[in-house]
Amino acid sequence: MSDTRPDRLGAPVDTPGGTALDTPVETGPGAAQDLKTEAALVTGAGGDLRQASLWSDAWRSLRRNPVFVGAALLLLVLALMAVFPQLFTGTDPEDCDITFGRQGPGVNGSLLGYDLQGCDYYSNLVYGARVSMAIGVLVVGGSLVIGVVLGALSGYYGGWFDSLMSRITDIFFGLPLILGAILILNRFDKPGLLQVSLALIALGWMTILRLLRSSVISVKDSDYVQAAKALGASDFRIITRHILPNCLAPVLVYATIAIGGVIAAEATLSFLGIGLQRPSISWGLQIEGGRDFVRTEPRLILLPSAILSVTVLAFILLGDALRDALDPKSK
Amino acid sequence: MGRYVARRLLLAIPVLIVTTILIYLAVFALPGDPIAQLAGERSFSPAVAAQLREEYSLNDPLWQRYLAYMGGVVQGDFGTDFRGRPLSDIMQQRFPVTLKLALVALVFEAVIGLVAGILAGIRKGSFFDNLVLVSTIAVVSIPSFVLGFVAQIVFGVQLGIFPISGQNDGLRSFLLPGFVLGSLSLAYVARLTRTSLSESLSSDYVRTARAKGLPERAVVGKHALRNSLIPVVTFLGTDLGTLMSGAIVTEGIFNLPGLGQLVFQAVRGRESEVVVGVVTLFVLIYIVFNLLVDVLYAALDPRIRHE
Repeated sequence: MSDTRPDRLGAPVDTPGGTALDTPVETGPGAAQDLKTEAALVTGAGGDLRQASLWSDAWRSLRRNPVFVGAALLLLVLALMAVFPQLFTGTDPEDCDITFGRQGPGVNGSLLGYDLQGCDYYSNLVYGARVSMAIGVLVVGGSLVIGVVLGALSGYYGGWFDSLMSRITDIFFGLPLILGAILILNRFDKPGLLQVSLALIALGWMTILRLLRSSVISVKDSDYVQAAKALGASDFRIITRHILPNCLAPVLVYATIAIGGVIAAEATLSFLGIGLQRPSISWGLQIEGGRDFVRTEPRLILLPSAILSVTVLAFILLGDALRDALDPKSK
Repeated sequence: MGRYVARRLLLAIPVLIVTTILIYLAVFALPGDPIAQLAGERSFSPAVAAQLREEYSLNDPLWQRYLAYMGGVVQGDFGTDFRGRPLSDIMQQRFPVTLKLALVALVFEAVIGLVAGILAGIRKGSFFDNLVLVSTIAVVSIPSFVLGFVAQIVFGVQLGIFPISGQNDGLRSFLLPGFVLGSLSLAYVARLTRTSLSESLSSDYVRTARAKGLPERAVVGKHALRNSLIPVVTFLGTDLGTLMSGAIVTEGIFNLPGLGQLVFQAVRGRESEVVVGVVTLFVLIYIVFNLLVDVLYAALDPRIRHE
């Protein structure tokens, strides 16, 4: 594989070749300089400098990054929607009345009107967040478990296990995401949340493995690991306590962005008719339902499209902000 | 060079075999009864079911069925659709449409992506550079089927500039779907060109070129650009395979009678044989393109093959 391909989840992968969707909104040298001068002032005044670990440093610069704060707040609202949709709407999305079919906003006190079946559009949008967030978190969580465990093992031990894993990832990279998912899901009569998630995990764990493997290789010969070895620490302890904490940053950045990619993939599959099926509520299904009314009622397509795109965007911005904050080079 | 190509080709064979096995397993070995699926709501009588099992050799062991299927695929036989038409005929008829769409998309991403990337890369931090950064991130976050509908609504319905669907207007009817299909990669090409070019611009050999007094045009055009285009060219190569499979969504929305639309309709009509046949073809195309690009990469960049 050449290193110039963007990752299949639509998320950019940081490679030396420079595929990365690098800083979208540059925080500029200003932010970093502020920190530096602040530190200089503190030390100059004889005050004690707080211990600056990578994470506390990152958190301090993130708090001041408006892009990060905005994306995080947006995702907080979406997460609330997913967990407590009742907070946002009092209308049951499944309480449909066909006499209201395709009525516009304002009819019967409805905020955004009704869909073809006469179900309230706004409450469907709100309840749609649940599926998207659940699948995003499930798939990326599952891929993280597989990718981190296997990546740490193949990076740390190398040898035949590493070669084997490399070949296996090559093979899985050979299956494009949507095509592979179609093949897998084609088999199920009515795929549900679990089947869709498993299909996407099966096709999405490889990038995390590769990222982690390469960062494990880059730190495993460093002095502190040698020191831990010399002190007689077990392999398990060295990997979990010494190596992993120093390797997780790029993986977490990728995982954040990948959640957006997974959400888009789920919507695409549901739209194609191979993912979730009615009566499940999903933005992809809503868009699919509006497809025959592009000319007359673009609202039916545009509303779920907007919320879907904004959600994906929020995850990408969050990941990019994390990358800027965690990358020591940008300091 | 020859040795590198030979090694790369040899490595590709097991990948190809295992990938097709995976495809086959995903399709035929997962739980679920294809005959029951074929029947739909009402189940077949046991006699009919048994006959169908015999007809589709579902009683044979899995490896035998795999070999039989792949044997067919290698000879261009992908099975038949529900009406008994050989899939290979249908594919042959629809392939040109998909290829045309993918090529239009490739032209879009190459031309617009490269120009935007070069302009942004030359003046990093300028207004245009920031515009490219912001707009590419917006494009990346919009799923392509959403972009397809938005383009249809804005340019087809409201402005009426482009035909909404079908291919009756010749090349013009391919412009809108081509742009939608290529938009994601367009963003990557722009970003990739920008990063790669600005990296070359700060390298030693560019400083040397400037120091010996070459005009800026020659420095950028001859020295920096040529080197920084290597990853972009290889990306464009791989992307042709990706674009063809991305056509499933775009052709479905814009009603273009290509291979993607065939999958789109087959998924809805639950015609598994068609879905599997076409998707297998897409995956094979994708793998072959990746392989070609790896070879191309080695041809363009000597550092790769000397590893």
